[in-house]
Amino acid sequence: MNKEDFPMLEGDLVFFDNGATTLKPTQVVEDMDKYYSEFTSNIHRGDYDAAIETNTLYDETRNTVKEFVNARSEDKCIYTSGTTMSINMVVFSFMKSHLKKGDVVLLTKSEHASNILPWFKLKEEIGIDIKYVPLNKNYELTLTNLKKAMTSKVKVVSIAHITNVIGDIRDVEKIGELCREKNIYFCVDGAQSVPHIPVDFTKSNMDFLSFSGHKMLGPTGVGCLVVRGELFKEMDPVFLGGGMNLDFYSDGKYELHTDETKFEAGTPPIGEVIGLRSAILYLEKIGMENIHEHEKKLKDYLISKLEKMKNIKLYNTNSDSGIVSFNVDGIFAQDVSIYLNKHKIAIRAGNHCAKLLHEEIGEHNTVRVSMYLYNDFLDVDRLVDALNNKDILKEVI
Amino acid sequence: MDENLKREIILDNYQNPENKELIDDDSYLKVNQASESCIDNLDFMMKIENNNIVDVRYDGEACAISTSASSIMSRALIGKSVDEAKRILINYKNMIEDKEYDKELLGELNVYDNINKQPNRIKCALLPEEAIDKMLGGLENEK
Ligand SMILES: Cc1ncc(COP(=O)(O)O)c(C=O)c1O
Repeated sequence: MNKEDFPMLEGDLVFFDNGATTLKPTQVVEDMDKYYSEFTSNIHRGDYDAAIETNTLYDETRNTVKEFVNARSEDKCIYTSGTTMSINMVVFSFMKSHLKKGDVVLLTKSEHASNILPWFKLKEEIGIDIKYVPLNKNYELTLTNLKKAMTSKVKVVSIAHITNVIGDIRDVEKIGELCREKNIYFCVDGAQSVPHIPVDFTKSNMDFLSFSGHKMLGPTGVGCLVVRGELFKEMDPVFLGGGMNLDFYSDGKYELHTDETKFEAGTPPIGEVIGLRSAILYLEKIGMENIHEHEKKLKDYLISKLEKMKNIKLYNTNSDSGIVSFNVDGIFAQDVSIYLNKHKIAIRAGNHCAKLLHEEIGEHNTVRVSMYLYNDFLDVDRLVDALNNKDILKEVI
Repeated sequence: MDENLKREIILDNYQNPENKELIDDDSYLKVNQASESCIDNLDFMMKIENNNIVDVRYDGEACAISTSASSIMSRALIGKSVDEAKRILINYKNMIEDKEYDKELLGELNVYDNINKQPNRIKCALLPEEAIDKMLGGLENEK
């Protein structure tokens, strides 16, 4: 779909590294260019035309985001630098003051580093316990296993909506319901879901939802943390400075904003927020259901081809997102990646920041193909043709 | 050396690497060499007796270039004195970094004399060199 909107695809590049970051359509780049060449200004501090235009776009984007993930009007959208910062903010601006020694946080071993390390740090600081809900034989999280793990000590469930190596889509509606019943905070890492499938913050009873702009056609350097309205009031900023205080006095007293800007000290990524807005409008035009359906078709097609190849070991045939992880027999994942680059096919090799997953799949490194709306069946054919080669190793040396 | 022959030697050392097995022995020097920019990750161990390298071993997960280079490097160093080994390491590093070097010292390691044309492979080829250099450096600190 829409290949013509992506200048990087004008040549013969096949871009299958969308889990890492996505290409940007001309529309997004143009909207950002306009800010940088026509109405550059800081927010909240100017009365001239450019400043007013910037302000409006910056503020309105919060509503664009909230509508996009179906948050309520009382919920909040804080701009961050991306998923990593969003999750760190959940942990250090909220959980640190709401959890105590011995409280259990449930994670899984397929989580990305950004949904593990902040919790490790909190464990060091205040002595929470971290438990991993066991995955099933397809390396997926099941409700049964989650329910079993939900003891009375569990205070938080923090999981990816879609994991970035296995690509399984977690049933966040049911999980959110369970968390609500048991008074457990529900934190969702939406880095791989918000860009690819419809996400419903309200229906899924989410308390915190984190995602990144650059993985959804938007610019780098911007992301969001969507927070349930009631919990937002109990959050405390880690960074302080300009743009987030009402007043401060020489005796050390200060008053802070009460809206999202309380968590956006300093000049935020204004051009990037404008780009994020543009990306969301672009995605909405296509429709998230359509994007998901398209990716799923491509994934099924790729799997049907790879399954026939004896030298390919697949790890996630079962999952419903556009992510396919595999290895080629006898060839190190990175060599496969270097080889495919010679055929102008961009994929990713490695542990994909999910460094605990090897304990489950028994493999440190995999080749990951991750689809997006601009991929098509011809891209898949190019990949399959390239992999159908007995001399991969020779070509790669 | 003929390019095809080089490729065959590299491939053979990747698919049938020599000395790719660690042992449990405290008399060895040990180091883990993982690349921050790529996913190669090898553990090395080396035994030195009377200033001679008597064994070099390694194991882990790494690409065709760093695995084969570790295999060839281990063979090249076993039986050499520490001083000879250092000369080999310096000349190998110079070759990989496209500087002047003494070809005569490097034997089979010469198969990587063109690797600098593939910038993303340079760090792979240097992985065993860095590991062994670290272990030899550690040795000096002990003196
Ligand atoms: C599941 C998941 N969570 C978190 C992240 C981190 O995103 P960012 O690097 O944009 O902060 C990623 C990115 O790879 C991811 O795939």
